Amino acid sequence: MTAVQKHIWKRFSRKESLERYGIELVVLLFFLWATRSVDIYWPFIADAPHQAVDLVKRMLPPNFSFTGDIIPAMIETINIATLSTLFALILSFPIAVLNARNTTPHPTVQAIARVIVVTSRSVNELVWGLIFVVFFGPGAVAGIAALTMRSLGFMAKLVSESIEEIDHGQVEAIRATGANGAKVFLFGVLPQIMPTIMGTTIFRWDINIRQSSVIGLVGAGGIGILLTSSMNLFRWQNVSMILISIFVVVLAGEYVSASVRKKLI
Amino acid sequence: MSSSSSSTVWKRDHFIKNPFLRWTVIILVTAYVLYALNDMNLNWARMKSGLPRAVDFFHRMFPPDFSRWTMIQRGVLESLQMAIISTTISIILAVPLSLGAARNISVRWVYLLSRAFVVVARSFPPILVAIIFVKAFGFGPFPGILTLAFTALGFMGKLLGEAIENIDPGQVEAIRATGANWFKVQLYGVAPQVLPRYVGLSIYLLDINLRASTIIGIVGAGGIGGALFNAFHRYEYDTALAILIVIIAIVLVMEFISSKVRGRLQ
Repeated sequence: MTAVQKHIWKRFSRKESLERYGIELVVLLFFLWATRSVDIYWPFIADAPHQAVDLVKRMLPPNFSFTGDIIPAMIETINIATLSTLFALILSFPIAVLNARNTTPHPTVQAIARVIVVTSRSVNELVWGLIFVVFFGPGAVAGIAALTMRSLGFMAKLVSESIEEIDHGQVEAIRATGANGAKVFLFGVLPQIMPTIMGTTIFRWDINIRQSSVIGLVGAGGIGILLTSSMNLFRWQNVSMILISIFVVVLAGEYVSASVRKKLI
Repeated sequence: MSSSSSSTVWKRDHFIKNPFLRWTVIILVTAYVLYALNDMNLNWARMKSGLPRAVDFFHRMFPPDFSRWTMIQRGVLESLQMAIISTTISIILAVPLSLGAARNISVRWVYLLSRAFVVVARSFPPILVAIIFVKAFGFGPFPGILTLAFTALGFMGKLLGEAIENIDPGQVEAIRATGANWFKVQLYGVAPQVLPRYVGLSIYLLDINLRASTIIGIVGAGGIGGALFNAFHRYEYDTALAILIVIIAIVLVMEFISSKVRGRLQ
């Protein structure tokens, strides 16, 4: 008699199972630690649905006659987004070139460029907004400066990565014709990174439309200023109208950016 | 040599090949930028007067003042807690949401409902959601957690939903052919195909949420952002710089961990 071995199919071997349970346990412990120690007054939460319904009731119906005030603020918002994207494009280009391994003149220069990229990316646009409002006072100028600073690192990073990935054969070919450094860059490098530059710019413009509707909360211009003042005056029906228009503009921006990218690249 | 030789002079390709389209784009963009610059009323005198203020600002920023360390520590800890709780909530809720937002899995009305939620949750920047939730639920980490979970769900619903839409239907068919019920089809036919993506997105989400959790305190939604905002308003720029340095350090560490883990998954 031979023992009939029972084969029961299982998704994971024992080792895999243990590993998975281990990871799940760690996640659970983190979650428990966080929920136990976070500073939340739990009885408030029982009341939360009631509060939410209350706020929504006060917001409805949206005040459509407020559109007249919204439109100029919205145009300013879009202008802030566009101008800051443009300035960021201009400023990020040299930084990208200095930051790329194969085009940087010196490792020290590359390190400096990297510091600019990292600082720009890891400081939120609202914080840049706070800083530039101190410099220029409240208004659109501070907003443009804030979004420019924030977009700079993002664009420089993506463009310099694309410079690092170019095909060196084309650069060699241009150099073999006896072209000088500037011409090698213009005819060997630039055409290869042009799609990335355009794509990144349009993508960043899309992001900046979203962000420029927010920076007004720290006084840096755009629709956010109108939103803050409406909220401080408890004009909830105006608030809901502003939210609706931000939603529409963001969606429109996404649509424009997607179709332009499809057309150009 | 005839004059035709002049036409063989090489010209580099333009990025937009169609000259009509190229010039239309150039002229439209230039016109709009000129209009926008004009409309902004950029006041050079005012910008120039900002320069000494900037110098003064930097003077008062340095050296960074870490003397309020316990306050900073409390804020950072709260940001971390908010990020962990909101990420856990959203990765759990993301499973039904992204199944609902996948055209090949869900029924039509569930699909439309899920997609509508995703579009709304993705369109509003976290700060905007935070400010509304703070008005509805009061100050503190609770509206912050809700904010992060809400925006994270939009992100997950879109990306994971698209991942599910792109799976290989053969494997799902095979499981269904064994007579498995709906849940088992999801578990053995769909889940294994999107699991690496799901884990990668979850880690990325923790990264995003931690970033956002250091900021939404500016509108009172808990975390270190509140301390930063207060420091600015009290003109304590040296404390503000200290807080900024801590935030940048956390963000960079998390980005490093997240990219390492995601790199291993692929």
